[in-house]
Amino acid sequence: MTGKIFNYEDKRREGNHRMAQMEDQQDFVVPSGLESEIDELITHYPEKRSASLMVLHALQEKFGYLSKQAIEWTAAKLDLEPVNIFELVTFYPMFRNYKVGTTVIRVCRTLSCALGGSHKLHGHLCSKLGLDPGEKGPQNTPDGKFTIEFAECLAACGTPPVMMCNDDFYDNVSNQEADKIIGKYRK
Amino acid sequence: MAETTTKDSSQAVQPQVEMVRIKINGMEVEVPKTQPDPITGKPVPTTMIQACAMHGVDVPHYCYHPKLPVAGNCRMCLVEFGMPAVDRNRQPVLNDDGSPKINKMPRPAIACATAIAPNMEIYADSDGSKEMRKAVLEFLLINHPLDCPICDQAGECKLQEYSYEYGQAESRFVEAKVHKPKQVDLGPRIMLDDERCILCSRCIRFTRDIAGDDALGFFNRGSYNTLGAYPGKSFDNNYTLNTVDICPVGALTSKDFRFRMRAWFLKETDSVCNSCGTGCNTIVSSREEVIYRQEPRENDAVNSSWMCDHGRLNYKWQASDTRLDAVSARRGDVREVIDWPRVVDELSGKLQSFAPGEVAFIASGQMTTEEIFLFRRLAEKFGGLRESFPNVGEGDHLLVSADKDPNTNGLFITGFTPAGEQGRNFQSIQDGIRNGSIKALFVIREDLIARGMDAGLLEDLQLLVVSDIHRTPTTDAAHYILPGCAHFEKRGTFINVKGRLQKFMKAVEGPGASRPEWEFLHELVHQTTGQNGFSTIEGLFNQMAGEIPALAGVTWASIGDTGRSVELPGA
Repeated sequence: MTGKIFNYEDKRREGNHRMAQMEDQQDFVVPSGLESEIDELITHYPEKRSASLMVLHALQEKFGYLSKQAIEWTAAKLDLEPVNIFELVTFYPMFRNYKVGTTVIRVCRTLSCALGGSHKLHGHLCSKLGLDPGEKGPQNTPDGKFTIEFAECLAACGTPPVMMCNDDFYDNVSNQEADKIIGKYRK
Repeated sequence: MAETTTKDSSQAVQPQVEMVRIKINGMEVEVPKTQPDPITGKPVPTTMIQACAMHGVDVPHYCYHPKLPVAGNCRMCLVEFGMPAVDRNRQPVLNDDGSPKINKMPRPAIACATAIAPNMEIYADSDGSKEMRKAVLEFLLINHPLDCPICDQAGECKLQEYSYEYGQAESRFVEAKVHKPKQVDLGPRIMLDDERCILCSRCIRFTRDIAGDDALGFFNRGSYNTLGAYPGKSFDNNYTLNTVDICPVGALTSKDFRFRMRAWFLKETDSVCNSCGTGCNTIVSSREEVIYRQEPRENDAVNSSWMCDHGRLNYKWQASDTRLDAVSARRGDVREVIDWPRVVDELSGKLQSFAPGEVAFIASGQMTTEEIFLFRRLAEKFGGLRESFPNVGEGDHLLVSADKDPNTNGLFITGFTPAGEQGRNFQSIQDGIRNGSIKALFVIREDLIARGMDAGLLEDLQLLVVSDIHRTPTTDAAHYILPGCAHFEKRGTFINVKGRLQKFMKAVEGPGASRPEWEFLHELVHQTTGQNGFSTIEGLFNQMAGEIPALAGVTWASIGDTGRSVELPGA
C-alpha cells in the first residue's frame, strides 16, 4: 500500500475534489427576444424537461456562462427544481458555471495533441497572457478578455496541437501561430 | 435495515398472474410473469432479482431497492444467464431429449432491470457472476475512505458485507484517492459524508418519488461525482431520515444517532410508533435500558418501509427527567411515597366507599387496548361517567395521520367511549364535581388542567387518582399518583386509524417504581370486582378478544409481527 496522500490534513474537510459552485449574477435579465426564442424552443419537445440542454445552451450563448440566476430561471421555466438543472450544468463540460472572458481558448489535451505538444502550446499561451502555465483548470485574464482552459478531443487528431477560440478552430498551432491568433482576438 | 422480503398478506390479494418457468442456480422454479410497480402499482415484468428473491437466492445489490424505481447504476447485481436457443427461423432449438436448448449469453445482465423470460436460466452463483461482483467492488472501493472504525454504518454496511463475501483483502489501487467533503450539513437531521457515498441514488429516488421533495442530486462527473442538495437549500422534509435507512453505506447519517452507539451493541425490539394514528411499525434499538434509535420496520399494510422523521425521533420523552418514578399518596399537604401493594389496597377500599356514579373515569388514546379494556371494567363496576379526548392535529399525504393518538380505535372498539363521542362528557363531569354528584376521578394519561379544567375544581374532589408517565399539573393535584410505563417499556396492542391491530414488545425497563398500567388495573379490577383475570399480557389479550365481538377469534399469537385488520365499530 503506497498510495500518495497529499495534503490530507488540510483537505480533510473540503476534500481535494472540485466543489460544485455557482456564480452570482445580480444583473441577470433574459431579454424578451431570447425568452420568446426559448419559449419556442420548448415547444419542440414532448416534455418541457427534454428542452433543458437547449435552453442552457441558449443562455450560455448569451451570457457566456450559467450563473445561479440562470440555473434558477431555467428550472422555473421548465417546471423543475433548480437541483435538476444544476446537475446538468455540473455534469457537462460544455456548460460553464464560472465567468469567462470575451474569448475562450480551449486547448486539446487528448492523446495525439498531448503527444503533439498541446501542453507546450498551453504553457506558451499562458505566459503570453500572463497566466499560470501550471494551472490545469480554467483561468481568466484580469482584463476579462481571455479565458484559457484544456479541453478533451476536438476531433482533429491528425494535425496536433489543436485549439479553439470561441467557435473558431485552429490546428497545427505553433507558438508563432498562437501569438498571431491572440493578436487577432485581442483587437 | 428496512429492506426485507415482503411477507405480508397484501401480496396474497393480487389478481392471478401468469406463471413463468425459469431456472435459478439450476433449480427449476415458477415465478409470476409480472409484479406491481413499486410506485404506480401497475403490473410490470418481473425482474431477475425479484425472481431470485422469491426463491431465497440473494443477488448482491446496492442501487436496487424493492420499494423504489429501478436505476441500474451500481452494477453489483450483474449475473450470467442463459436463454433458449432459436434457429434462423426463430424456432426453438431442442436438445435430443426434447427439452429446449439453452445458450449461455455472452454478456451478463443486471438482475435488477432485466425481465425474466420463459425457460431463462439465471446463474446467480456461478464463478463468472462472483468474479463480476469482486470487480465491481474493487471499483467501488477505489475512492472509498475505508474509515469503518469511525463509521456509523459499520456492522450493518452492505459494502462491508459484500466485501467480506466477495471482495479481496488487499487493494491494488496505489494512486491518490479523491477526497470529498466529509461533513456536509444536508439538512437539520442529516449529515452527509460524501467520501463514503457509492452513488447508488437510492436517496435521490426516495425523496423524489416517495417523499415528493426533489431535493437531492449528483453534481460533477466521474470520480468527482458528488451527492448533494442544491447550494443554499436545506434537505428538510418530514421523511429525510428514511434516506439514512436505505443508504447502503455510511454516507447519509442521522445527526441524532451519529457517533452515539455501535450498531452491534444494540438490542432490537419490535415496536409500534405512538406519535399518530397510523401506527408505523418500528424497530427500537436499545442498550442497557437506553433507547438509541427508532427505525421503520417493513409492513406493507401500514407504513411500507418508511416512517416520518417526527415519529422516529419522538422517543426522547421516554427518558426525560419529568418521568414519574414513584407511587405516592397525598395526605393533606404531605406527599408520602408508598409501594404498589399498599396503593392497590388503599385505592380498592376508597373506590368502593363511593356510591354508584360518584366516580368518573378518564382514559386516553395513548393507553393500550388491554388497559382500556380493564379500565372500562373498573368504570362499569362503579357506574361512573367515562370520557376520553380527541387529539387532532395535521396529517399529510404519506404516513402522518391527523389523529395524534395511536389507539383511538382501541377506545372505540372496547366501548370505553363510543365512536364519535370523545369529549362529550367532559362538561357533565365538571358540572358533576361542582354540584357534588361526582366525588372522585380516576384519570390515566391525560392532563385535565391542560384540557381546560379549573385547578380549583380538582381540589373539590374527595379522591383524585392520576396515572401518567410524566409529571403534569394534574398529577401534582392528585391524591394518588400511579407512575405508568411508556409503550417502549411494556407489551400491548394499538389499533390504528384503519383498524389494524398491532402489538408491540418491551424494549427497556421503566424508571423506578413505574409499572405497566394493565398490571395495576388488573389488580384493582380483581380486588374491587372479585373477578379473576389474567396476569400475563397473552392471557389478558385472549380474554379481551373473547369478550369483544370485533376481536372474535383473534389471539395474541395470531396478531403476528405485522398485525391484522379488525372490523371497526360503525365502519
